[in-house]
Amino acid sequence: MNTFKKNVREILRYPSAIIGSVVILILIGVAIYAVIAIPYQKAITLWRGGEDVWYRNPKYAAPEWIDWLSTKKQPRSFYINSTTGKMDKVVTPNGDGTTGINITYTFNYTADYFPQEMSLYFTDKFDQKQPFVTIDWLTPDGRKLRIDNFAVDTQQTFRFSQDMNLVNSLGGTNPMEALFTGIDSKNVVKGTYKVVVTGITFEPNSDISAEFVLHGTVFGLAGTDHMRRDLMVALLWGVPIALIFGLAAALGTSVLTMIIAAFGAWYGGWLDELIQRITEVNLVLPFLSILIMIGTFYSRSIWVILGATIALSIFTGAIKGYRAIFLQVRESMYIEAARAYGASDMRIVFQYLIPRMIPLLIPGLVSSVPSFVFLEASLAVLGLGDPVLPTWGKIIDDAWANGALYKGYYYWILEPAVLLMLTGLAFALLGFALDRIFNPRLRGM
Amino acid sequence: MANEILLDVRNLVLHFATTRGPVQAVDGVDFQLDYNKAVVILGESGCGKSSLAKAILRLLPRNVQTYSGEIRLAGKDVMVLGEDEFRQNVRWAAISLVPQAAMNALNPVLRVGEQVAEPAMIHLGMKKEDALQLALKMFQHVGVPADFISRYPFELSGGMRQRVAIAMALVTSPSLIVLDEPTSALDLLTQANIFNVLKRIKKELGTSFILITHDIATSSELADNVAVMYAGQIVETGEASKFFPAPLHPYSQKLMASVPRLRANQDPDFITGQPPSLVNLPGGCRFAERCPLRFEKCTQDPPVIEKEGRKVRCWKYA
Amino acid sequence: MANEKSKKKTIAVREVADNVLLSVQSLRVWFELRRFGFGIVGHVHAVDGLNFDLHQGEAIAVVGESGCGKTSLMKTILGLYKPTEGHVVFEHKNLSDMGRKGLRWYRGQVGYVQQDPFGALPPFMSVRRILEEPLIIGGVKSKEERLKRIHKVMEEVKLFPVDDFLNKFPHMLSGGQQQRVVIARAMILEPKMIVADEPVSMLDASVRVEILKLLRGLQATHNLSFIYITHDLSTVRYFSERIFVMYAGKLVEKAPMEAVLKNPQHPYTLALLTATSDPDANNARSYKEVPPGEPPSLVKPPTGCRFHPRCARMIKGECDVEEPPEFETEPGHITACWLYK
Repeated sequence: MNTFKKNVREILRYPSAIIGSVVILILIGVAIYAVIAIPYQKAITLWRGGEDVWYRNPKYAAPEWIDWLSTKKQPRSFYINSTTGKMDKVVTPNGDGTTGINITYTFNYTADYFPQEMSLYFTDKFDQKQPFVTIDWLTPDGRKLRIDNFAVDTQQTFRFSQDMNLVNSLGGTNPMEALFTGIDSKNVVKGTYKVVVTGITFEPNSDISAEFVLHGTVFGLAGTDHMRRDLMVALLWGVPIALIFGLAAALGTSVLTMIIAAFGAWYGGWLDELIQRITEVNLVLPFLSILIMIGTFYSRSIWVILGATIALSIFTGAIKGYRAIFLQVRESMYIEAARAYGASDMRIVFQYLIPRMIPLLIPGLVSSVPSFVFLEASLAVLGLGDPVLPTWGKIIDDAWANGALYKGYYYWILEPAVLLMLTGLAFALLGFALDRIFNPRLRGM
Repeated sequence: MANEILLDVRNLVLHFATTRGPVQAVDGVDFQLDYNKAVVILGESGCGKSSLAKAILRLLPRNVQTYSGEIRLAGKDVMVLGEDEFRQNVRWAAISLVPQAAMNALNPVLRVGEQVAEPAMIHLGMKKEDALQLALKMFQHVGVPADFISRYPFELSGGMRQRVAIAMALVTSPSLIVLDEPTSALDLLTQANIFNVLKRIKKELGTSFILITHDIATSSELADNVAVMYAGQIVETGEASKFFPAPLHPYSQKLMASVPRLRANQDPDFITGQPPSLVNLPGGCRFAERCPLRFEKCTQDPPVIEKEGRKVRCWKYA
Repeated sequence: MANEKSKKKTIAVREVADNVLLSVQSLRVWFELRRFGFGIVGHVHAVDGLNFDLHQGEAIAVVGESGCGKTSLMKTILGLYKPTEGHVVFEHKNLSDMGRKGLRWYRGQVGYVQQDPFGALPPFMSVRRILEEPLIIGGVKSKEERLKRIHKVMEEVKLFPVDDFLNKFPHMLSGGQQQRVVIARAMILEPKMIVADEPVSMLDASVRVEILKLLRGLQATHNLSFIYITHDLSTVRYFSERIFVMYAGKLVEKAPMEAVLKNPQHPYTLALLTATSDPDANNARSYKEVPPGEPPSLVKPPTGCRFHPRCARMIKGECDVEEPPEFETEPGHITACWLYK
C-alpha cells in the first residue's frame, strides 16, 4: 500500500499524467453511464435501427449545439402526440352515427431555416369504414392553408413534402419552404403554427389518432446519421467498447508477452530458440492483412478480432526487450539463493522473475492502449467492424460510406474522430508519465 | 618543499538537492595536506567521502544546491576560479583523480596507451607521439609492461587496469592525486602491489596523495596523516603514527576497535546503530546517538579542539 | 548453467568417518569452453582435484583470490553445479546419487549466505515473504507453523521488534539488517551446514564484526558446520578453526588456524599473510614483498605446481615439471609444495 501511495504521489508531479488520468477517469465514468443508461440489448436493438425505432429523427442532422457557432437558429426536431400535451383532441358525436374528431397540434417555430420534413403518423381504429380526415395549416400571420384530405388506414404516414396534392397546390415549390414563408416568400415567419386535423369516423368504435413529427435540421447532442440513428448511442457505447478492447488487448498482449519472454529467458536452450524464431517470423507477418482475412472468411465478431489481435501481437519485438531484462535479472543473487533453497523453475519464473518485471510492464501497457483502440476503429472503417456493435469506428465507416465530408456533414466524422484522439492522447500522456516514473533513467526529461 | 602546505581546505560545503530534501554530503570540511605527504580520509559508506573527492575536483552533479568554501592550492584559492580556468589549470593539471572503480571507467574502444596520453595532449599541449612516449614512462612508474601500450582495456586484468588509471592520473605530473577507493575491487596481492606502486611514486616523484577509503587496515600503508569523516564532517585529524595506536574521537576509537587484526590478540568491537542520513541530520554532535561517552553537552555542535597537533571535534576534549 | 559431465565418477568413493559431515573427494569441476562452429575448445578447470573433510560443528575458511575456484567449489557444495569428477558426500550420502527428492532434502540441510546483502533479497518481497519462501518450498504447510519459525529465526538474528521488520522491504533496511535477513533465511530450514560467501565484505567496517559475532554465536548454539569463503585473512583469524588456502583450482595448504598464522608453509600462503595489513603507521615506511604477476588462467594452467611462475623459491626442474603431492609437515598441517618433500 505504501509503495502504491508513493507512486500515486509521483504521478501527480507530472501535469501530463494528471490530465491523462482525469480524462481516462471521465471516460470510464461515461462508459459506466453508457452501459447503465442504455443496456446492451437495448443498444443493439437501437443500433440496428429501422424506421419504427428512429422515425422521429431527421436524417443527416447536425448536433443542436451547432447553433452556438452561428447567429442564426436551426430548427430543432420534435414530435407531438397525445402524451406530450400540445395536442388537443376534441371528440364530437354528430348524432347520425358519425363522430367528428378534431385534433390540433400547436407549436412555436423560431428557427431561421426551414425544417427537413413534417409528418403525421396516423394510428386509427375502425372496422370497415375508413375515417376521413382533412388537414389544415394555420400560420402565425393568420393565414389558413388547406394541406390535403383523404381517407386514412389503420396505420398511415402522411409526409407533407411528399404529398403531390400539396406540392401542386403550392405551385410546385417545396412545401417545407412554402409553408413557412410569408407573403414575401423569402424569410421564415416565426411564431405559433397550428396543424388542424379534422376527421370524421363512421363507426361507433372508430378512432383517429396521429403523431405529428417535425424533422428539423439539427437533433440532439450528437446529430443523426443516414439511418436517422441518434449518434449519441454509438458515441456513448463506443466508450466502453474502445476502453475494453484497448485495455483487454493491451493487457492480454503485455502479460502474455512477458510470460513467454520469462520462460524463454529462464529455460534457455531450445525453448528460447523456438520463441526467438517464432518472434522473427511474426514480425514479418502482415498483421492487418491477416486480420482482414479472418474478418472476411471467418467472423467479424469483436471477440474473435480481439483474440486474433492479441495472438498476433504477443510475439512482437517487445519479447526481445523483456527477454533482455529477464536475462539480466536471471543472474541476480536472489535468484541464485532461490535455487539454493530449492525453488522449482516454475516458482522462480512466476514468483521471482515476473513480479520483478511488473513495474516495467505498466508504462508499456498503458502506452499501447491507443494503438489497439485505433486498430478497432481502423478495422471498422475497412468494413471489418463488429456487425452489431455501435462503435466509433462504425460511425466513421458509415460516414465515409455515405459521403459525409463530400456532403458537408462534418460532425459525423469529427465527433468519433475527436473521441478517438482524446482517448489515445489520454493514455499516451499517462503512459509517458508512468514511463518516466518507472524508468528512472528518463526522469528529469 | 617538505613541510609546506600544498592543499588547505577550509569550510568546504557541498549540498545536493533531491526530492527528499537537501543532502548535506560535505558539511564544513577542513583539512591540510603538506607537499609530498599522503592524507587518508577514513569513513564508512554514507559519510560523504566520495562527495568530498568530487568537491575538491569540482566534478559537480547537476543537482548541486550549495558549493562553497576555500580550497587553497599552493596558497591560491582555486574556488574563485572560473570553470574554464579551473579545467585548464587545476583539474588534471595540478590535481588528478583516480575515481572509484577506475578500472571500469577506461574507455573500452581506445587503446590504453592512447588513454594515458590523452591528458598530456590536452593539458600539456603535446603532440601524440610525444604524449605516447610520456605514457610509456608512466607505465614504467606504475609497473605496466611497455608492450601493453597498444592493448585494449578488456585485454588487461583488473590490477593492470587500475595501474593504467593511476598512470592516467600521473601523466600531467600533478602535485596532488586524489584516489577514491583505489583497491576495493582488487585481490589481496594485487592490492599490495598497487600500494607499492603508490609508495614508489610518492618517493620518486614527490607527489602528494589524498586517499579516500573505508579500508582502515590498508590505509595505513600510505598514510602520513589521517582524517576521519562522519556524517559529512571531519571529526578527527592527526598524524598516522599518533592516530593508529590511540585515536581520540569516540567514533575513531570504536572504528579502530572494530578492525580485526591478523597479528594481535584482540576481540574486535562493533558499533550499534547506523550513521544518520545525510538528508535529516540531527542537531548537535552527529555521533551522539551511538556514542558510549555522550553527555548533556553533546546536544550542541561540538567545537574543534586542538590537542598536541591533532584536531578532534568532540566535547570530551573541551 | 551447469557443466558437462564428461568424465563422470571414475573414482570410487572413499570410506567416510562417522563424525564427518561433508566429505569432498577428488573433486573436479570443469566448465566447457565452446566456440561457435568449433565445438569444445577447452575447459575451465575451476576446481581441479580437491580433497577435504568437514566435521560437524567445525568452521573452516576457504581463502583465495578471485579466479581461484572457490566460488565454483561453493556452488558445487550447494548443489547448484554438478561435479565433473569426484564426489561430494554429505552425511554418508553421495550428492550425485540423490534424486530430486534427495536434493530437496539436501537443500534444507545447507544454508547459503551471500556476499551482497541487498542483491540476495528479492526487492519486491517483504521480509516475511522472503523468510516464508524456503518454508513453503520445503513443504511446511501450516501458516501458523511457518510464522512461528519465522519469529524464532528473527529473534536469533536479533532483528527486534520482529513484527516491525516482517513488513519491511529490503530497501528499507540497512546493510547490516539486510545481511541478518539473509542469515535468517539461511537458518530457517534448520540446516546442519552453512556456506557463507564473503558474508561481510560488502558491509561497513563497524558492522562486520557484529555480523561475524552473530554467525559465530549461531554456530555455537546449533553446532553448525561452517564453510566461510573469503579473501580477508584478518577476519578468518577470528572466525574459523581450520584454514584452507586455494590457488588456481587446488588447495595448497590446509591447517588449523593458529598453525597457518604462526607457521605458514606454502609460499602463496606466506604472500597472502604478508599482503594483509594491520592498521599500523609503520606500514607506510616499507614496501611489501609480494610476488608479482596475476593468478593464472584456469583454462591452461601452468605445468607442475601452478604457483611456480610467481614463486620466489621455485625449484627448477621440479616445481615446473610435476605437481606436488600433499605433505603433512606437522600433525594436521598439510601443504602441497615441493619445499617440504
